[in-house]
Amino acid sequence: MRTKTALENEADESRPQDAYLRIDHLWKAFGEFIALKDISLSISEGEFVCFLGPSGCGKTTLLRAIAGLDLQSRGSVEQAGKDISNLPPAERDFGIVFQSYALFPNLTIEKNVAFGLENSGMARPAIKARVAELLDLVGLPEQGKKYPAQLSGGQQQRIALARAIAMSPGLLLLDEPLSALDAKVRVHLRHEVKALQRKLGITTIMVTHDQEEALSMADRIVVMNHGVIEQIGTPTDIYREPTTLFVADFIGEMNKLEATSEGPGQVTIGNREFKSANHDFATGAAVIAAVRPEDIIPHGSVAEEPIAEPDNAFSCQIKEMEFLGSFWRTRLQGAALGDTELIADFSINAVRRLDLSADRDIVIEIPSRRLKVFAAVDDKE
Amino acid sequence: MSVTTSDRLPKGRPLSLKLGRDDLLMRGFILMIALYLIITLALPLYAMLSKAFSTFRFDLSQIELQVSDQEGNFDGTILSAATLNDETGAIGADSMAASSDSRLELTPLFPDFSFRSPVRYKIRGTTADTAYLIGSERITGTEWKEMDSNTFRRVVLRPAQSFGFSNFTTYFSTPSLFRSIENSLFISIVSTIVTVSLAFAFAYALSRSCMRFKGVFRLIAMAPILVPSLLPGIALVYLFGNQGMLKGMMMGESIYGPYGILIGSVFFTFPHALIIITTALAISDARLYEAAIALRASRWKTFWTVTIPGARYGLISAAFVVFNLVITDFGLPKVIGGQYNMLAVDIYKQVIGQQNFEMGAVVSVVLLMPAFIAFAVDRQVQKKQVALLSARSVVFEPKPHKSFDRLCFLYCTLVAVFIIGILGVCQFAALIKFWPYDLSLSLKNYNFDVMDGGGWEAYGNSIKLAILTAIFGTIVVFTGAYMVDKTRGFKSGRNIFQLLAMLPMAIPGMVLGLAYIFFFNDPDNPLNFLYGTMAILVIVTITHFYTVSHLTAVTALKQMDGEFESVAASLKQPFYKLFARVTVPVCMPAILDIGIYLFVNAMTTVSAVVFLYSTDTALASIAVLNMDDAGDIAPAAAMGMMIFYTNAAARILHLAASKGILKRTQAWRLR
Amino acid sequence: MIQFKKLALTAIAGLFVANSVMAAELTVYTAVEAEDLKRYAEEFNKSHPDIKINWVRDSTGIITAKLLAEKNNPQADVIWGLAATSLLLMKSEGMLEPYAPKGVENLDKKFVDKSNPPTWTGMDAWVAAVCFNTIEGEKLGLKAPTSWKDLTKPEYKGHVIMPNPASSGTGFLDVSSWLQMFGEEGGWEYMDGLHENIARYTHSGSAPCKLAASGEIPIGISFAFRGAKSKADGAPIEIIVPEEGVGWDMEATAIVAGTANLDAAKTLVDWTITKEANVMYNTGYAVVAYPGVAKPVKFFPENLTEKMIDNDFEFAANNRNAILAEWQKRYDSKSEPKS
Repeated sequence: MRTKTALENEADESRPQDAYLRIDHLWKAFGEFIALKDISLSISEGEFVCFLGPSGCGKTTLLRAIAGLDLQSRGSVEQAGKDISNLPPAERDFGIVFQSYALFPNLTIEKNVAFGLENSGMARPAIKARVAELLDLVGLPEQGKKYPAQLSGGQQQRIALARAIAMSPGLLLLDEPLSALDAKVRVHLRHEVKALQRKLGITTIMVTHDQEEALSMADRIVVMNHGVIEQIGTPTDIYREPTTLFVADFIGEMNKLEATSEGPGQVTIGNREFKSANHDFATGAAVIAAVRPEDIIPHGSVAEEPIAEPDNAFSCQIKEMEFLGSFWRTRLQGAALGDTELIADFSINAVRRLDLSADRDIVIEIPSRRLKVFAAVDDKE
Repeated sequence: MSVTTSDRLPKGRPLSLKLGRDDLLMRGFILMIALYLIITLALPLYAMLSKAFSTFRFDLSQIELQVSDQEGNFDGTILSAATLNDETGAIGADSMAASSDSRLELTPLFPDFSFRSPVRYKIRGTTADTAYLIGSERITGTEWKEMDSNTFRRVVLRPAQSFGFSNFTTYFSTPSLFRSIENSLFISIVSTIVTVSLAFAFAYALSRSCMRFKGVFRLIAMAPILVPSLLPGIALVYLFGNQGMLKGMMMGESIYGPYGILIGSVFFTFPHALIIITTALAISDARLYEAAIALRASRWKTFWTVTIPGARYGLISAAFVVFNLVITDFGLPKVIGGQYNMLAVDIYKQVIGQQNFEMGAVVSVVLLMPAFIAFAVDRQVQKKQVALLSARSVVFEPKPHKSFDRLCFLYCTLVAVFIIGILGVCQFAALIKFWPYDLSLSLKNYNFDVMDGGGWEAYGNSIKLAILTAIFGTIVVFTGAYMVDKTRGFKSGRNIFQLLAMLPMAIPGMVLGLAYIFFFNDPDNPLNFLYGTMAILVIVTITHFYTVSHLTAVTALKQMDGEFESVAASLKQPFYKLFARVTVPVCMPAILDIGIYLFVNAMTTVSAVVFLYSTDTALASIAVLNMDDAGDIAPAAAMGMMIFYTNAAARILHLAASKGILKRTQAWRLR
Repeated sequence: MIQFKKLALTAIAGLFVANSVMAAELTVYTAVEAEDLKRYAEEFNKSHPDIKINWVRDSTGIITAKLLAEKNNPQADVIWGLAATSLLLMKSEGMLEPYAPKGVENLDKKFVDKSNPPTWTGMDAWVAAVCFNTIEGEKLGLKAPTSWKDLTKPEYKGHVIMPNPASSGTGFLDVSSWLQMFGEEGGWEYMDGLHENIARYTHSGSAPCKLAASGEIPIGISFAFRGAKSKADGAPIEIIVPEEGVGWDMEATAIVAGTANLDAAKTLVDWTITKEANVMYNTGYAVVAYPGVAKPVKFFPENLTEKMIDNDFEFAANNRNAILAEWQKRYDSKSEPKS
């Protein structure tokens, strides 16, 4: 259990002097409502960072504060070594893409992309060349003469992206850019955006509420909730090593089991003691033990392979099985856990190999490293 | 599980934005247009309010008298007029309240006064600027003035100015004035009920039946908007006056009075109600009707359980709009009202007839009340209606139903005949040589130059006013709406602006016009030079019709993506480039709508400009009023119809222009 | 050669003088009908090309209101052609400059302010009269009335129309003349009777005659000049001068106190009472201030001048407010049709 300050320190230390964007003790209040509480964050040059969280968590507010669109109440923002805390957006250095694309409907694609290039001292032919280059870059070289309404949603968003990077800004801000698109286009565009970002090496912040999007695109993810940063880390860190119950719960599936601490590395769930990942709760403290469904290892009724941690294995019954395409989702119940049900995801292979089916009894093993222990707080999370 | 240091914002000064060039420019614009509204609206209203509380009283304590014996010798006793009055009680307290041109005789102070007696009198003021009159001679100062009793008879006091509520006391104790409130409310309520019912039936027929010629009916129903409100009054004189074509139908009742005002009010408010109710019916959800059919509800029951509740906000809104239009209208009751006094006409009578500005201001304040309430209710209802509008619903498609469609057609035909009839009668009257004695056709009534009212020049002035109002009004209104919608921060400034922009709708034109006299005609006002110019007419017309234009602009702006400004800023482009290249072209349909709205209203308005026009800036609508006033009814009808044709032409031009511009600038709308 | 030089010099000097004098511009407020104004200015400029007149014209009520509103900072230099009752109001506010124009002694005394020096001088009179539509009268079997008292007869019920004194100067001069002719009590008694027959009260003074002309209401109490015009237009009306006498008001001229152009203003006012000016007024008005000038105007009733009452303008002006208050109390509130 770490305090907030420790988190900041870690964040700061992990990206020491080379931070391109530094947010320091930033607060934002809308009247009585505190939308952002003491946010500190550093982002390195060329990094792709996602702000991830449920709606209302403050991620968009943070993005708009960085852009200067909504001024923060307290705290500072520094970009490329320059304090931009109270600069108007026009004096900052960023490009932005909105969920609504915000393409100018009465201008052609070319003119949309060229909007920022005009009267920036560029000669007409140079602008033309740059627009062509940008349209090429986003894969829509032939569409310059069309109007936005004549393009599909995905195409429009690519144009918005081209427009945002037209002036080679130091920072690219993406505000839920893919949310308005249908699922297939969304997945496709994820890769394109990511590839483009890599190619240009542009520092990018993307706001999203879609964890898959964040996990697949970001170099680092900033998980936010109720105006505070819950955790900052790489996608694997966030997924594998959530530091708070909220993160654990918000990203991916998680079994949350009421438990009691039995000292370091030990918890009691139901009427059985388990080895768990390290924790420092005092003996007897009420805690939540959490394990992801896909981390639960099935062993069948007949042990065909050795069980790595016999202390963490127990038998239970499959109450229900649900086929979800690439895996089976099962609901398990065992005497060891009392009434608590456990959800486990088994690969198709495992199911076939172990010949699993509903009502069968199996032995399952919860690897101790994957059994995370969190404080049992009775708050809204 | 999150543990934070604190949930409270740390102490310290909130960050203040470094204002970029755009921010400064936009705030500058807001301030400029807000200042415009303050000067053209808030300050004049303030001037009018203070006028309402400016009172006149006789002050007897400023007068001292001496009376001689029968031989004309004075014994030196100085009498204060106030003390004398306290003793004799000759002049009651209510006689002390006065208006600026009231005069008070002093002889009642001496019960045994006779103008033949040899008694002589001396009089003086107690202060240097006390003034009294001998006949019409004005005497000031503290010098004793001796005179014989026949001259003393001619001594009168002038009232002194002070402040207080006495104008209101006078108003409410004058039955003829007070009665107007009752009359105004009565007429407004009855016309509201009649108009809204008729317009609802018409709108229902348009949206729920499959009758033919819907487009034609809609077009005809909109025609009254193109004429001044007093034109139906003129038509009614020709139809039901003592020499009227259909006089028999009045069955002995006079058209001059409530009947005339009612019929005329229904005519000129009909399109206003129709527009609102049609919109309300259009947003009704077809799924509700399908459900009703599935439940086998009768047509009648469906009407009461689905149609009426769905349109209720529209009906309420229409009712208040009509109420407001009728109670603030001045032209119609002036033409056809006869002896039936209405508030708006009272203002005119007090100011123009009696030069009693203070009482005019008092009536204005009284008229403001119902207008204000109606406006406030309407705003609330409109907000709710918008909420309904944004809900996703399925558009209702009527299915043919023979007898019902025929009934609707019949009804709409009746209404259309009424409307065309009114306009037709005016045109006919305008072409008759000398009704009812010489029915030959002639264009003599178009010879406006020999009539009182301003002649053809007035018509030219009206067109000039309409064009200037349309151009400048649209620029001011749209720019203002844009700035207020898009400026970042500056909340207090924007709120004040919003309030100012909504205010004009609650201010009756007469009141605004009168307020302008008080404000702009004040010699100390540096803007005094505007008085009597075309500029002030343009200003008052823009201000009078500001709210609706502003709302049109705001609605159009709200439909645009709110992030355009952010994008432009991120691209380092100034807001005015975005404004010119994107905002204006995208909003062009709304901008044209504002333009034609201002044009048509500038052509027809009477109330706001009647106090403000001058010889050089006489207007066609005022000419209609004045020619009718002078008894030249046929020329008045002729001029009224000129306004109609001009507005109709402007409308057609607007339609063509809209189409043309849309084709050019809105190519993007076509997929 | 010398001769020529002299001539040229004079011409140049004249040019300068003319220029400098031409700088005199007068703002003149008036209620005279617009079509007459151009003529008035032209006539005046024939003899005084050096003074330019800037007209501000409107109806009597509005011009009066405007002048009163501008009391503390007058915009006008001269008032030329406004009702004497209005001018009396200005006078009692101290707004007029007393001035005896050259030749004022030539005018009919009726047309000159009684103060010395006078503050205003009259131009012409407009006189009350009754317009009677003969066709409609015949249809309804009405005899033409010959006196004011006739109008209260029951047979005329609903057939008489008159201007509202509260909004029309003509209406007020009728009321004030009745009060002067019949005495205060008799006057109100008369109006009580008349009120029974009145169809309605109009806002303007000319409307009753025009309405009589168009047959809308057979009898209109209006003014003679209007009646003559309507008759000239071919209206089937007779202009009746009631035998008791008729009220009248005059158009008059005055200098506004505090004018910056006092000399020019005096020059103008001097001219407005000249014979030629009065001849000019005569084209529209049958009764003018300069005795012996008036020529009969077509269709104008001949005996009108004799019937003009000895109008006490002072009485009318000082009691105007009280009279109107009483009038409104008596007739305005109860005169509505029952509904």
